[in-house]
Amino acid sequence: MNSATGPAAPSTAPVVRPPVVRLVDVEHRYGDTLAADHVTLDIPAGCMVGFIGPDGVGKSTWLGLIAGARQIQQGKVEVLGGDMASARHRRDVCPRIAYMPQGLGKNLYPTLSVFENVDFFGRLFGQSRAEREERIADLLASTGLAEFADRPANKLSGGMKQKLGLCCALIHDPDLLILDEPTTGVDPLSRRQFWELIDRIRERRPGMSVLVATAYMEEAERYDWLVAVDAGRVLATGSPAELRERTGADTLEDAFLALLPPERLGDHTPLTIPPLEAGETVIEARKLQMRFGDFVAVDDVNLQVRRGEIFGFLGSNGCGKSTTMKMLTGLLPPTRGEALLLGEVLDAHNIDTRRRVGYMSQAFSLYAELSVRRNLQLHADLFHLPKAEGEARITELARRFDLEPVMDEVPEALPLGIRQRLQLAVAVLHRPDVLILDEPTSGVDPVARDHFWELIIDLSRKDGVTIFITTHFMNEAQRCDRISLMHAGRILASGAPDELAAQRGAASLEDAFVGYLAEASGVKLGGSGGGADTNAPAETNAPSPQLAPANGEGERAGSTSHSRPPRFSLARLLSFSTREATELRRDPFRLTLALLGTVILMLVMGYGITTDVEDLSYAVLDLDRSTASESYTLNISGSRYFQEQPPLESHADIDRRMRAGELAMALEIPPNFGRDLARGARPEISVWLDGAMPMRAEVARGYVMGVHAQTLTEAMASAGISAAPLADIAVRYRYNPDMRSLIAMVPAVIPMLLVFIPAMLTALGVVREKELGSILNVYTTPVTKLEFLLGKQLPYIALSMFNCVLMFVLAITLFDVPFKGSLTAFFTGALLYVTATTGLGLLMSTLTNSQIAAMAGTSIGTLLPAIQFSGMLDPVSSLEGGGALIGEMYPTTHFLTISRGTFSKALDFGDLGGAFIPLLMAIPVLTLLSALLLKKQAR
Amino acid sequence: MGTRNGTLHNTWHLGIKEFHSLLGDWPMLFMIVFMFTVSVYADATAKPESLHRASIAVVDEDQSQLSSRIIAALHPPQFIDPERIELAEIDPTMDAGRHTFVLDIPPNFQRDVLAGRSPALQLNVDATRQSQAQTGTGYIQNIVNDEIRSFVQRYRSTAAQPVQLVERAMFNPNLSGGWFAAVTAIINNITMLGILLTGAALIREREHGTIEHLLVMPVTPFEIMLSKVWSMGVVVLLASSFSLQVMVKGVLGVVVPGSALLFGAASLLYLFAAASIGIFMGTLARNMPQFGLMTILVLLPLQILSGALTPRESMPELVQWLMSLTPTTHFVSLAQGILFRGAGLDVVWPAFAMVALIGGVFFALALHRLRSTIGKMQS
Repeated sequence: MNSATGPAAPSTAPVVRPPVVRLVDVEHRYGDTLAADHVTLDIPAGCMVGFIGPDGVGKSTWLGLIAGARQIQQGKVEVLGGDMASARHRRDVCPRIAYMPQGLGKNLYPTLSVFENVDFFGRLFGQSRAEREERIADLLASTGLAEFADRPANKLSGGMKQKLGLCCALIHDPDLLILDEPTTGVDPLSRRQFWELIDRIRERRPGMSVLVATAYMEEAERYDWLVAVDAGRVLATGSPAELRERTGADTLEDAFLALLPPERLGDHTPLTIPPLEAGETVIEARKLQMRFGDFVAVDDVNLQVRRGEIFGFLGSNGCGKSTTMKMLTGLLPPTRGEALLLGEVLDAHNIDTRRRVGYMSQAFSLYAELSVRRNLQLHADLFHLPKAEGEARITELARRFDLEPVMDEVPEALPLGIRQRLQLAVAVLHRPDVLILDEPTSGVDPVARDHFWELIIDLSRKDGVTIFITTHFMNEAQRCDRISLMHAGRILASGAPDELAAQRGAASLEDAFVGYLAEASGVKLGGSGGGADTNAPAETNAPSPQLAPANGEGERAGSTSHSRPPRFSLARLLSFSTREATELRRDPFRLTLALLGTVILMLVMGYGITTDVEDLSYAVLDLDRSTASESYTLNISGSRYFQEQPPLESHADIDRRMRAGELAMALEIPPNFGRDLARGARPEISVWLDGAMPMRAEVARGYVMGVHAQTLTEAMASAGISAAPLADIAVRYRYNPDMRSLIAMVPAVIPMLLVFIPAMLTALGVVREKELGSILNVYTTPVTKLEFLLGKQLPYIALSMFNCVLMFVLAITLFDVPFKGSLTAFFTGALLYVTATTGLGLLMSTLTNSQIAAMAGTSIGTLLPAIQFSGMLDPVSSLEGGGALIGEMYPTTHFLTISRGTFSKALDFGDLGGAFIPLLMAIPVLTLLSALLLKKQAR
Repeated sequence: MGTRNGTLHNTWHLGIKEFHSLLGDWPMLFMIVFMFTVSVYADATAKPESLHRASIAVVDEDQSQLSSRIIAALHPPQFIDPERIELAEIDPTMDAGRHTFVLDIPPNFQRDVLAGRSPALQLNVDATRQSQAQTGTGYIQNIVNDEIRSFVQRYRSTAAQPVQLVERAMFNPNLSGGWFAAVTAIINNITMLGILLTGAALIREREHGTIEHLLVMPVTPFEIMLSKVWSMGVVVLLASSFSLQVMVKGVLGVVVPGSALLFGAASLLYLFAAASIGIFMGTLARNMPQFGLMTILVLLPLQILSGALTPRESMPELVQWLMSLTPTTHFVSLAQGILFRGAGLDVVWPAFAMVALIGGVFFALALHRLRSTIGKMQS
């Protein structure tokens, strides 16, 4: 408010102004879990409000409700003087609210660059190009991201991602800034820089209210006003000082524990750590180095850890902690240097060393679908514990780690704290000498965290297990015997926590750590700095850009972007199109399918689903060997449909060669054929067909009968006998006189592929956003559902037309299918058709929530009706009931008529009018239906 | 490397783990059951082998007793009752696709037939609707010829042919399409599930980080891969054998001449190859959606061009050659030989050898990729 670092006096703001947010009796459920249990709360305006409490108590839900990103189930949520249940109010106030969801870079677009990300948000708020460029330059300079403007978001470190998220949130000068755990998983220096940035922004915009959810109690000390949350309820509100005073605790963490109801605490007691009686050196690292290509992830790491020691690693995400740990487990062979376990060099290929190491990774990495007992058993088996010993060990660990009540449950259903205990149990199952724990308590609530530490201390002091642990929590680091501060692949300092603080002359370990980090990266703290990111050593020494002058900022705010957003904006629509096209360009898998999918599948189908059968292999068993039998077989070998194989010797030979699949057909000419023929005794010729492929057999039968009939007619004619039939049926195969199956197939395959692939790609485009979380930006910005959907659809319409041209060219060149009708009619029809089919994809996307489901759904929803009901195989007129109804409505039916009409029947618009109208009608119906079904809020 | 015994032990236990994981995955189980029961049944019975509700129009310029008899013979269920149209309407009717067939009976048709002048009827066929056009034309020719013959026989006798052609179909006397479709469905399902199950199992482990966890255990990538191959192979083998015995032989009542045991052995060998391909693809894709897109572009060619649906000899040489590098082509020829023609090992062993060879190559490739991708996994 009035100073860059110190919080405003908490007493003034709440009194003067009406609350910025008001929750009245709000209830929110997910199944049986209550995320908001009749919450009533007034949040004062113009200050920094913290929601504190462990994970999973409902903080995120509350913030989502306030941001308008979640649908209100029960109760009343008033934000900025209006009811958030009203869509109209949400639309009006959304330009004044900015929301940064939980998760590093959750609402960013990973393949877009820093600049493109911020620019996209600017467009959504209708800012002109000049305004955007000015604002982006300003924001990137003040966050120190300016020099990384072209770097894709997924190549940023955690701290930089969060700063970028903040830039995106601040592009439209919000009055209410909502930050959901913005610094979780970010190193202390970046964290400190982040808060300084927020302070400077608040200085510039004193009227702005900031709501923050956090699990770091140390950070919450800096806020103006706090809401302590547990189990969906408010435990207490007030300034940090008030909360501490009320509970008589020294720190906020203790104050929070004191506020918890006694049953939540259980038998929680303050931790005591017995002194270490260290033995011999267990682990030693000598000049460890790890390179990935040009990137040096870990450099010159030296360590010596003794038996039973708890050794802590501190550092930001990506500083090399995990890589170092993997080298110490033997999982990764170091590029240079060596790691020794009990004096022996760790060999990545030596399975036996793995038996001496227990490892627990950051994320839950056991089988969530197997029961707790089965997970333990699997690991006992893999470590080759004898059955009885394994059983005994599992029972022992279950008791010691409090897992007995949940042995038959699946980890999926368990709280994080218990899951982490299970991981620990698995890691120590085989009694390793060394235990390596990678951020085991991240996201775990304070009570469970302390319980977890009891187990670790027990293992270290009682069982003499050497423990490596990484953590972000300073109070946990404080409990280690020794710690190493890591940064950019190097160890900055090592020693006992208190020694390190003393060496630095810092009040706390955190201050000492931040000091070391700042020194290593050349950052000046407290004021103008904050430009550098601690994870990018090469970039950090650049001069930190100065914060843009504050004058004029206030006036700009409110004047431009807070006017009510227009109901429909082409610019917003196109900003989605541009973004989708850019993202697609950078995703090789989707791009391949988009560009080449139809061509590949067209080749496959053109060559695979053909009913033309040629080169049928056959052989003759000639038991007569007369001139008559030879002249008969000559007629067959002359046909282009047949390919003669070496003659057959006997009936057994027929059997054998048919069985081997060598022959599709065998002819048997009986003994005395020539003599019987001459005598008019009507000899019989036998034809054996391979019935294994009925279609081929049918075709072969047709061919051989044709050749037979022709032979006879010729023979009779030469003998002077009239063989005229009673009547002649002259068959005119129209449009395709030779009955070439490609001419019939290709114009049908084009409509089929133009529904399958475009619909799938469009559906994926939308569902991806749902799955990855960036759909939140649709919920909380002025973009309308229609703009979002149409914006997403446009690039795919363009792509589909490109595919259509590609297939057309393939059809007339490679497949040699003549095109006889009107080109304009064909491509106009195609344009309408792909608009409808991409619309079908949009509709599918509103019905599914995961990409896999979208893929399965669109495959079934497009291929089945297109192949079965649209006239590809049987004309729609031959269908009955439901199939006929679907066939009449499905767009493929009508484009198939256009495609066949223009390709084979030489037709034009005039002849095909009836097929265009249903396509024209399908487009608005599909689009409106998708817009109706799409939710603009999460549940 | 673990000892020989250790490898067996780990591979066994990891494979058992895969079964437990699969048992908890209801959608996947449902898919397996569905594909080997309902889907096989539907494929076998879906395509009516005869003509059904084909639409036909007639231009009757003769208006005789014979022409009426011919028109009356074209009736449901094979045909929709013929619409009578004028000569000038033929072209627009065909262009608009209202009718697949238009039969034109010329003036004085009956008189000319009886006079032995062999007059010509014209049958216009919309050849863009190929399947109906082909079957329907044969039907109409037979029906018209029968009507004319029985009409004429009241007046005079007809001549017999000098040579009889007797055709018999081996292995499938009635040339029943359902018989073929049911077995083809099983073959295609084996390909699809063999690839999908292992590939998806690998990706799931990577997405959940469990594979990294396994690697800190005394377990090698070879064991991890082999465990997935054998366990998923067994699942698909059981499902396909069940489908063959119960669905195809039992419910559909199809007589399968070949040895089920030999087919089982062939399937197992092929599943080894398919699962290796699945794992190979699983190492290329970074997540499940990418894997899904990849399977579309891989599965369809494998299923359509392997000779399971249409004869390979009609495909271009290049396609035939390319497809001979896939295990599916050889498995299809194996399966058709064993199941349709009752061929024994003495006949099909070259295909066995090819499946084993190609499977081995893919297994080695996949193992190499798996080792290198895991090595590159950064924090």
